[in-house]
Amino acid sequence: MKVTIDGIEIDVPKGTTILQAARMIGAQVAPPAMCYYSKLKTSGGYCRTCIVKVTKGSAQNPNPMPKPVASCRTEVMDGMEVQNFTSPEVLEARKGVVEFLLINHPLDCPVCDQAGECKLQDLGYENGSAKTRYEFKRREFEMIDIGDKIKLHMNRCILCYRCVKTAEQFTDERVHGVIHRGDMGEISTYIEKVIDNDFSGNVIDVCPVGALTDNTFRFKQRVWFTKPVDAHRNCPTCSGRVRVWLKGEEVVRVTARKDEWDEIMDTPDGKSGFICNSCRYDHKQKSDWVIEGPTQVNRHSVISQNHYNHLNELKVQVMKQQKALGFMPLDKKP
Amino acid sequence: MQLTNRSKVVSNKEQSFAEKIYLPAIISGMATTFSHLFKKRPTIMYPEVKKEYAPVYRGQHVLKRDENGAERCTSCGMCAVACPAEAITMESGERKKGEEHLYREEKYAKKYEINMLRCIFCGLCEEACPKEAIFLTDKIVDAEFERDTFIYGKDKLVEKIDKRIDVTKRQTPEVLEFKKRVGLRHNELNKTIEKKH
Repeated sequence: MKVTIDGIEIDVPKGTTILQAARMIGAQVAPPAMCYYSKLKTSGGYCRTCIVKVTKGSAQNPNPMPKPVASCRTEVMDGMEVQNFTSPEVLEARKGVVEFLLINHPLDCPVCDQAGECKLQDLGYENGSAKTRYEFKRREFEMIDIGDKIKLHMNRCILCYRCVKTAEQFTDERVHGVIHRGDMGEISTYIEKVIDNDFSGNVIDVCPVGALTDNTFRFKQRVWFTKPVDAHRNCPTCSGRVRVWLKGEEVVRVTARKDEWDEIMDTPDGKSGFICNSCRYDHKQKSDWVIEGPTQVNRHSVISQNHYNHLNELKVQVMKQQKALGFMPLDKKP
Repeated sequence: MQLTNRSKVVSNKEQSFAEKIYLPAIISGMATTFSHLFKKRPTIMYPEVKKEYAPVYRGQHVLKRDENGAERCTSCGMCAVACPAEAITMESGERKKGEEHLYREEKYAKKYEINMLRCIFCGLCEEACPKEAIFLTDKIVDAEFERDTFIYGKDKLVEKIDKRIDVTKRQTPEVLEFKKRVGLRHNELNKTIEKKH
């Protein structure tokens, strides 16, 4: 099936959604997504950040769709034409969605441990307006203690359901769900049950905001003062391929490896990249891990602050630009 | 070969009689020197006399407390990441129950150090601070004999409760405007505590 997104055509198999097709083309057309997670079944369709405009339904029926559609839940049709960043209508609508997501989200980024790797922060910077128009009291919850490993900050939750789907699909029993509806909705573990499954720690990684954070890392360091390295160990329960966050010689945090869409990466041999709690919490010595090398961090991310492993990429880009502008390359002076 | 038009050919011409005896040159030079005796003296007898500082002079830092005396700093690290000299380091702690009057937010700076030898007093920390916590003042950093005494901890940086430092002159119109907005947690926090007391 041929689909055109922002003027770029791609051939995709039947059953692909617009979002997946856009991600196949690349980051330049892929809409942001807060609730959709490709590794979790039935995720998506809650947050509406991935809305796009379908200007041509299909080759048979060239009528446009009447409203912007959620690209994570809309399957492509042959000959479909989609506008994402090229449509001012979509950008305006997305700005509204971000404003809605931020209505009840507290402005406590200076306190929040997710700051710096928070998708809502990125989304707000890229699509939101700098000021809030909301003048009412924000929704506030009493703190619920869900154990010493995971910290739940219900105020920060945007109800994306990712953690609920993770609890459903990657852990054996579901002890974790959403209660109440709409504005009152909250994730809860029913009567404050501790999540004590082997894979429960993954809810921290799938959470796009700071609602679920690592309690053992709580207030330890800001993420941009730590150095991420890819490491692995021989783990009997999971793949053992992780990202270790170092501060000096100290391991301050262990997370799963994430790809450019901020999703947990599969291993090269196709296994799930979700890591077990033993890897996440119990191996906080540098000697426990075989370190493969520094993580390639996007140089626009605050995490790349003071880490110079992206310099090669930068050099290539500068040289490309110089070539395009007709400059003499720096290292080929006559 | 002549490279530029600016070069001069050195002349070696004979000196005149007036130039040879040097006296006229010495007298005119001395006239300039002694004329300074009758001019206004630019030296200031510091520390008895102090020069007037600009209201935004950038001297030693202060970590502010809020209206209720709680420390404003929440150890977010924005100052440290903005600091071009990498002079600021901090360690954060979690506020316990009953410490609400000491720390404004649930996270606070357990340790906060500025290396005054590294600091270049650019004021970027002040600009980066989202909590109106760090400000530069008109106080000049004291001279010391040992290098390690230049690492200022919270004991030197946090303002004393009974000796508050006024920084309203340093706050930009945008900040003052922002502080008037109701509904924002940053501005609400003072009011809620006031009600409790």
